[in-house]
Amino acid sequence: MSTDLISGRVWKYGDDINTDVIFPGKYTYTVSDPRLMPQHALEDLDPSFASQVEPGDVIVAGRNFGCGSSREQAVTCLKESGVGAILAVSFARIYYRNCLNAALPALISSEAYAVLDKGDRVSIDLESGSLQYEDGQISFKPIPASVRMIFDAGGLIEYTRSRLSAEGA
Amino acid sequence: MGMTFAEKALARSAGMKEANSGEIVIARPDITLSHDNSAAIIGLFHKMGGESLFDSQRTVIVLDHASPAPTTQHAENHRQIREFVHEHEIEHFYDVGRGICHQVLVEEGLALPGELVLGADSHTLHAGVMGAFGTGIGRSEMASVWALGELWLRVPESIKIELYGHLRPGVTTKDLALHVIGQLGADGALYQSVEWHGEALHSISIDQRSTLPNMMAEAGAKNSIVIPDEVTLQYLKNRAKRSFEPLLPDPDCGYAQVLRIETDRVEPMLACPHTVDNVKPLSAVRGTQIQQAFLGTCTNGRLEDLAAAAAVLDGRKLAPGVRMIVIPASSTVYLQALQAGILETFVTAGALIQSPGCGPCMGNHLGIPAVGEITISTANRNFRGRMGTKESEIYLASPQVVAASALAGEICDPAEFLS
Ligand code: SF4
Repeated sequence: MSTDLISGRVWKYGDDINTDVIFPGKYTYTVSDPRLMPQHALEDLDPSFASQVEPGDVIVAGRNFGCGSSREQAVTCLKESGVGAILAVSFARIYYRNCLNAALPALISSEAYAVLDKGDRVSIDLESGSLQYEDGQISFKPIPASVRMIFDAGGLIEYTRSRLSAEGA
Repeated sequence: MGMTFAEKALARSAGMKEANSGEIVIARPDITLSHDNSAAIIGLFHKMGGESLFDSQRTVIVLDHASPAPTTQHAENHRQIREFVHEHEIEHFYDVGRGICHQVLVEEGLALPGELVLGADSHTLHAGVMGAFGTGIGRSEMASVWALGELWLRVPESIKIELYGHLRPGVTTKDLALHVIGQLGADGALYQSVEWHGEALHSISIDQRSTLPNMMAEAGAKNSIVIPDEVTLQYLKNRAKRSFEPLLPDPDCGYAQVLRIETDRVEPMLACPHTVDNVKPLSAVRGTQIQQAFLGTCTNGRLEDLAAAAAVLDGRKLAPGVRMIVIPASSTVYLQALQAGILETFVTAGALIQSPGCGPCMGNHLGIPAVGEITISTANRNFRGRMGTKESEIYLASPQVVAASALAGEICDPAEFLS
C-alpha cells in the first residue's frame, strides 16, 4: 500500500508542543501496547483529539514541534491514531527523525501554519510536495522516493529487514 | 549561489554534485561511531536480520561510558560487544581505558575533513573540529546503517559564527561556547549546521577548538565545524588514517544567520542549573558553595585543559569538604599529563585521578553527587539528574574556574590564584 496520498481534516496547535503533552510521561511505563496509546494522544493539550481524530487527519503546528524527551511513544500514539501527516514550522530534531523512521510524514511548512485553520479539509501528495485546501495550494519540499520506500515498508526497521531479505534471496 | 559546508558534505556523501538545505538525501557515512550502547545496537541489528556489517573498516566502537565496568550488567554488555568485534573483525575497536569516543576518533585520525561521521551519540558533532560533518543518530538508525551502509539525512540550513580578535587571558573556548549558547538559546541552532570561521581561530589549538563543535549540540545543532586551516592539517599529518579532501563553504553561500563575535569582549561564563542556556557571567555566581569539582569529559578533558587547571592548583590544597575528580579524556592525554608532571600537581592538591572515560558525566559512576550537593563541572550538560541525582545541581564552567572553585570551596575567579 502506498502512503503517498493523504487526506483528512486539520488539527491545529501552537509553538513548542512538547512530547509530554503529546504522550504524557506518566504512561510511558504503564502503556506499552501501541494500540492503546491513541487513547492518551495529546491528552493534556486537547482532550477532544483522541475521541474525534479520524484516519488521514493532519496536525498543523508552529515552531519546535515534538521538543522535550526523545520518547518514541510521542510518535507512535499519533501514528496509531491514524494521523496522516504533521506539518510544522519546525520540528525538534529527534522527533523529526523518529517520525520519518516510523513512517509518519513530518513536513516543514510555515505557510501551512499561516493559512490553515482547525477543521479545514486538506489533501497531500508527498511525491509532488503539494497540499490542496479549499482556498488554494501549498507546496513543500517533496519527500524523496527513497524515504517514501521506508514509509511503504512501515518504518525503518521493517524497511531494513525487507532490504536485507531481498538481498539475501 | 554557492554551497554551505553542510550542503557540500552531504552532497558528497550521497554521491551528488550538489544538495540544497531542506532536501533529504541518502548519505553513506565514512565512519560510524558507537560506544557502550553498541550492545543495544547489536540486538537491533540482529532483529533486523543483519548478518554482516556494511564495512567493518569504517565501524568504530569505543568503550567509554561505563569504563571499566561498574556493574555486572555493564560488564556483560562489554563482553557481548567484544565478541561482536571479534566475530566481525572490527579493526577500530578501543577497549576500556583508551578514552572518550569523540576524543579517540580525533586522536586516531579517523575523523577527517569533508567526511561524514554518524555516531550513536548526541555529541558526535565533535568530529567537526577536524572539518568533518559529524551528527548523532538513534540506535535503530545505527543498526540500519551497520546493515545497509546508508541513512537518510535532511540537509540543514547553516549559521555562520565569525570570530574576531583574541580571547583574553583566562578566557577559554568553553566561555566562548557558553556565550554563544546564551545568545542562541537551547533551540537557537535547531537542526542547523554551525560553522566557526574567523581569524581568531588560527591562534586557537585543537585542544581548545574541540570544545566549540562539541557544545553546539546544546543549541540544538545537527552538526558544527571549525573551518579547517593550517592548524588542522598540521594535526592530521602522520595521523590521518586515509587521504582526505577538505570541503570549505563557498564565499557566496547563503546563511540563515550570521553571528559576529569580538572575542576580546567574552568573559568567563557559567551555565547554571538546570539548562545549558541558563548562562551567567562568573561575576554573577561567585560565592556559590560547591561540594564537588569535576574536570574531564569530551568537552574539556584534554591536555591543555588539565594543564590550565593544574596551573591554578599548583602548590595549593583543595578547600576542606570539597572533592575534585580529574578524568583525562584519553589514555594519550593521561600519559602526556603524567609525563608533564601535571598529575602530580593534582594528587598533591588532594584531587582524585580516574581512568579515561566519561566517568560521572552522565551519572554512571566515579563521582555521583549526593542529594542537595552542588557540582561544578567542565562537562557540556547540566540537566536535572544528569550526574545521577535529581536533587542536585550542576554548574558548567572552564577548567580554570572549576579548579579555582575547588580551592575556594565556592565558585571563584581563577585570577585570585594566578596573580
Ligand atoms: S563525556 Fe559526557 S558528553 Fe562526552 S561522550 Fe561521555 S557522556 Fe557524552
